[in-house]
Amino acid sequence: MIDADVHIPNPRLKDLYPLLPEHWVEHFDNTMDKGASQEYYPPKSPVSGRRAGLEELREAVFERGGAEVAISSCLYAVDSIHNPDVAAVLATATNDWQAAEWLEREPRLRGSVVVPIGLPAAAVEEVERCAGRPGFVQVLIPVRTEHSLGSRHYHALWKAIEQSGLVAAIHFGGAPVMPPTPTGWPSFFLEEYTAMAQVFATQLTSMIVEGVFDACPALRVVFLESGFTWIPSHLWRMDKEWRNLRRLVPWVRRPPSDYFREHVRVGIQPLDAPPDPAHLCEIVDQLGSDDVLLYASDYPHVHACDAGDLLLRLLPESLGRKIRSENARSFYRLSEGG
Amino acid sequence: MRYVVAEASEIESGGRKIVTVAGRSIGVFNLDGEFFALRNRCPHQGGKLCEGKLWGVIRSDGPGEFEYRPSREILCCPWHGWEFHVRTGQSWCAPERLRVRRYEVETVAGEEIAEAADAEAAPADDPEAPAPGMVKGPYTAETYPVTREGEYLVVEIPG
Repeated sequence: MIDADVHIPNPRLKDLYPLLPEHWVEHFDNTMDKGASQEYYPPKSPVSGRRAGLEELREAVFERGGAEVAISSCLYAVDSIHNPDVAAVLATATNDWQAAEWLEREPRLRGSVVVPIGLPAAAVEEVERCAGRPGFVQVLIPVRTEHSLGSRHYHALWKAIEQSGLVAAIHFGGAPVMPPTPTGWPSFFLEEYTAMAQVFATQLTSMIVEGVFDACPALRVVFLESGFTWIPSHLWRMDKEWRNLRRLVPWVRRPPSDYFREHVRVGIQPLDAPPDPAHLCEIVDQLGSDDVLLYASDYPHVHACDAGDLLLRLLPESLGRKIRSENARSFYRLSEGG
Repeated sequence: MRYVVAEASEIESGGRKIVTVAGRSIGVFNLDGEFFALRNRCPHQGGKLCEGKLWGVIRSDGPGEFEYRPSREILCCPWHGWEFHVRTGQSWCAPERLRVRRYEVETVAGEEIAEAADAEAAPADDPEAPAPGMVKGPYTAETYPVTREGEYLVVEIPG
């Protein structure tokens, strides 16, 4: 089994001190700037999990969880930092910390390069710096960004990711200057949390329509914590509108759903499960490909239901096997046995 | 059956004429001196395809790159913008499963039409003739007066 979405905790600022230039250590010591926020959940809430160390992760993900390989990300929100130099330097230090403290110590654990997405040129440099380093298999991009991910602002970044051979992992969340819903700022977190599916949908549209996959035909993208039940109807609509408006974007030569199935994979946790499990099977079928879904636990975040348990027992064994391991193995180009 | 639908000079280059022959609405297009005919019915939802705008051919090798041929041979249905190639009837948005019916168009001298008509003309005493001297032959000019001096567009409707 391959777990496509586990998390390692955010580094404490002090963890990064040995990896930061002295100038920046002084800056953090002597100013109110303490980097990005450390926590995204109320302390001790089940969804936040524990601030697990490597031993605890090993035990939960590999020994008890049964994963051969787990793809981790560190959600340290460098994208929330408005000082461009601080964002860049903390991204670099976070990646060196992930490599030294986690990836080099546990070869079954793979990592995600953190980038200052608000500064695409700096993000390109960080991708190039980390490309080829053992353990890193993807670049982490929060789904909420200042510009739509297909826009030309990011094309150089997509090119750099494509050429690095890394996957682009687009993950729930993000803290740009833009509101988290298409209609502005919500009043309650429930609204923001629910609207994240629309943000994913918009980013998917943007990347396909603005030609990211035409400019970068080898680019691989994984959506993490996006849910997937919204995808079939969104693709139907995009295909339909593409037939009408194709001329405006002539680089899009195939129906958008073809690009999705070729370039995008989706983690299954958390699951937007319909009340009737039979409907869930229909939605999986409507995705139009057995290659799309990847098993993901979202460790150490605990959700109301275990997506793996709920989904996989409903599906035919052969499809379950693909979701549990084969899809991720082939997409991430992992060799047999890890 | 072959139908005379227009005088050749009647449709200028880039222009079109929508005619009704054998109960079908058909658009006849002049692309730079070549004539093409398509069924005036979009295979999508039946819109009057041949009333749509004509566009040039646009290709792209990547975002922001446009390779444009101003030939105005792509016909867009006025209902939903689905595109069809006037030369072939082939859809450009679902080429593997959609095409619009196209018909052969020929430019024929009026003299040839008249001779063919004479050869096929019913004898004056043919009881099946709708009227004495009425043309039955391979060309049917439903509403079209043909003179020996003119040049005509003839559309072939199978069956």
